[in-house]
Amino acid sequence: MSSTTENVSTGREAVLEEPPKLTPKQRRASNIADAASGGIRVILVKIVALGLLDALALTAIFILLGQREWLVIGIVVVATGLINWVYLGKRKLPAKYLTPGVIFLLIFQVFVLGYTAYIGFTNYGTGHNGTKDQAVSALMSSALERVEDSPTYAVTVLERAGTLNLLVTDPDGEVSVGNAETPLSPVDNAEFDGDKAVALDGYETLSFQEILAESDAITALSVPASEDPNDGALRTPDGSSGYLYVSTLEYDEAAGTMTDTTTGTVYTDNGTGAFTADDGEQLLPGWQIVVGADNFVRALTDESIRGPLVYVTIWTFVFAIVSVATTFFLGLFLAIVFNDMRMRGRKFYRVLMILPYAFPSFLSALVWAGMMNESFGFINQVLLGGADVPWLTDPTLAKVSILIVNLWLGFPYMFLVCTGALQSIPEELQEAATVDGARPWAVFRLIKLPLLLVSVAPLLIASFAFNFNNFNLIYMLTNGGPRDASAPIPVGYTDILISMVYKVAFTGETRDYGLASAFSIIIFAIVAIIAIISFRRTKALEDLN
Amino acid sequence: MNATTTSGRLDDTSTRAVTTGDARVFERRPFKLGRWFRATGWRHVVGIVMIVFSCFPLLFVLSSSLNPQGTLTGSNALFSAVGLDSYVRILTSPDIPYTNWFANTLIVAGITAIATVFLGALAAYSFSRMRFTGRRFGLISIVIIQMFPQLLAVVAIFLLMSRIGDWFPALGLNTHLGLIMVYLGGALGVNTYLMYGFFNTVPASIDEAAKIDGAGHARIFFTIILRLVAPILAVVALLSFIGTVNEYVVASVILIDPEQQTLAVGLTKLVSNPRYADWSAFSAGAVMAALPVMALFLFLQKYIVGGLTAGSVK
Repeated sequence: MSSTTENVSTGREAVLEEPPKLTPKQRRASNIADAASGGIRVILVKIVALGLLDALALTAIFILLGQREWLVIGIVVVATGLINWVYLGKRKLPAKYLTPGVIFLLIFQVFVLGYTAYIGFTNYGTGHNGTKDQAVSALMSSALERVEDSPTYAVTVLERAGTLNLLVTDPDGEVSVGNAETPLSPVDNAEFDGDKAVALDGYETLSFQEILAESDAITALSVPASEDPNDGALRTPDGSSGYLYVSTLEYDEAAGTMTDTTTGTVYTDNGTGAFTADDGEQLLPGWQIVVGADNFVRALTDESIRGPLVYVTIWTFVFAIVSVATTFFLGLFLAIVFNDMRMRGRKFYRVLMILPYAFPSFLSALVWAGMMNESFGFINQVLLGGADVPWLTDPTLAKVSILIVNLWLGFPYMFLVCTGALQSIPEELQEAATVDGARPWAVFRLIKLPLLLVSVAPLLIASFAFNFNNFNLIYMLTNGGPRDASAPIPVGYTDILISMVYKVAFTGETRDYGLASAFSIIIFAIVAIIAIISFRRTKALEDLN
Repeated sequence: MNATTTSGRLDDTSTRAVTTGDARVFERRPFKLGRWFRATGWRHVVGIVMIVFSCFPLLFVLSSSLNPQGTLTGSNALFSAVGLDSYVRILTSPDIPYTNWFANTLIVAGITAIATVFLGALAAYSFSRMRFTGRRFGLISIVIIQMFPQLLAVVAIFLLMSRIGDWFPALGLNTHLGLIMVYLGGALGVNTYLMYGFFNTVPASIDEAAKIDGAGHARIFFTIILRLVAPILAVVALLSFIGTVNEYVVASVILIDPEQQTLAVGLTKLVSNPRYADWSAFSAGAVMAALPVMALFLFLQKYIVGGLTAGSVK
């Protein structure tokens, strides 16, 4: 592959900037020319930019040192070194132009792709989203019981970045702050009201109304007293006074067991990512472990998940294919209709017809969702005189509605594309065919359409790929609904694969990152197969040179 | 030839006559009307039907945005009441940080568009003008990697960003900088491919002439090439801008605080239950959000269409 590439490219190099082989002398000459043309300003910009980058990298390394993230430090060092090497060197010209884009591509496309695959093999998700240590401390704090002779601590509820914190004044007058994640740590810059600390820089003190509004979250909040979970935690039943609680669970690190001191049940770490009792009862939260192909096996064999996966996959294909077909044929039809030179006002029609394409699509979907509302929407209330057509709530009708709305969204694009393609077909062909006695329909079907398809086919494939993952339309129009109540995952009858991934991962009571990533990988596989087939068919990539 | 222009001139008046059913005016020469209708008249009927279909939802949202009454039901009587109350409401309501959403969207989409064009142009320049080992492989891998949309990896992006946020809070979850970085992961790909095709149309002899005059590669790129390919840069910037404005999945996962969110995330949550939502305030917000995008689009549509088809129609 690479050898043929080189053969192909050598032929062209004569015309292009860099001849195949420079003598050392020529190379020096071109380097001098480069340096001379850049001037001192370019060099200065380069030095300043690289200096800033190196300074940032150094800062990052210091921060990461504090966190003991050796692997990440290694990556930062290697990457920074490579960047410096590329830009300080005299050669490697293509790399200088490619590096900035490739860095982002590597991190946010290639790496996350690999990371997705990794997550697909873990049990990551609600109940399994941390290390074993975090699970231990979460379990200990969930089984807290009030210490009977606990002193009363004066407490103020603070908020920062959406997290609730407790500002605690202990009976000795010492002030400390902490939240569910970070244990109490002393502070000395609190504002006092009498003996009680009531505010702290950088935090927002909750008002009485806010405390009432969030009382559930506040009473559930427990702030560890120290790093050791056996020291217990501070909780406040009313948002103004706090008491010390200690756990009824006892952790034995050496044996890897959790013992419930009230019932005497022993939960053991048996390698399933959670402490499990002999009768199979699990203590949640557990922690993250690699579970191998479990998620894939579940997705493909568990009846209650495989069922939805199958009908969602089928609907995804139907949706994408029908969307492409309907928008293309309507667009083509309109392009033919408005391609008549004798017609007046074509520009006027054209501008008004492409308005749906110009309107931001997420807004269109929301507007249509409003218009198609079963009991209050415009279509039922006004157009149909108060009918109760369940446009978005009946499984079949919701699919039809989605296709109608997507037709509305997509036909202007096809109209524009087909108009362009039609106009690039020479008129002489039509004239010659007409002279030979062909009727207009035959001219269209046998001459124009094949020519048009040649130029439009890649766009149809792109449009299929786009609709295959057209998350916005589905999510904003029906939210995938109506919900399939029999499925154990949050999935509905109009969900396509990508919206199902999103819902499994980010909605519902339990988030299952592992299963969602396994679905992602399955979609990757489907997309890859389609891509290979379509590339083979259209030979799209063979034109690259 | 002359006959067509005459009948063409009739079109505008007769369109109306036909659609309102008042065809009697032309009964004096019914044969001509029939012929006109078969030739171009029916095209106007199609046009009018399509205009109703395409403009109707937009009129609906405009009408309900002007309706002072808040609910979805209240919006059904089109243009029954006209006022700017709902615009004032969404701009000033303490519960809806609409102005924040608007500014966030402009900042995120604007910076993403500019940076995308810059990164894409750099890459396209090297692919178009230089010959190096791995060039074809690079081009093909960029196109193929791009086939897997970022939103498929949204779980991994979320977990990655939350880790980065633990180390560098300014880059992690809930930051615009972090979101922009994620979007820049897609800066190469289709954009590079589009630009690459356009760069190839600029003759290499221009580069050579500049080189003989003593210009280095950086100067050729910044002062000559970038100017010659300005149209495709505008197209890519606009497509990236519109794409980012519309992007929901990644933005909804990364931006947590309501004040940090973009229009797509904020407005979607606002009407997640249309029954109880302040529908006319949403419509006002939608109209204000759509106007700049639509204006840009209509202004540049000729170039966009050219850019979209440039990649495939040769």
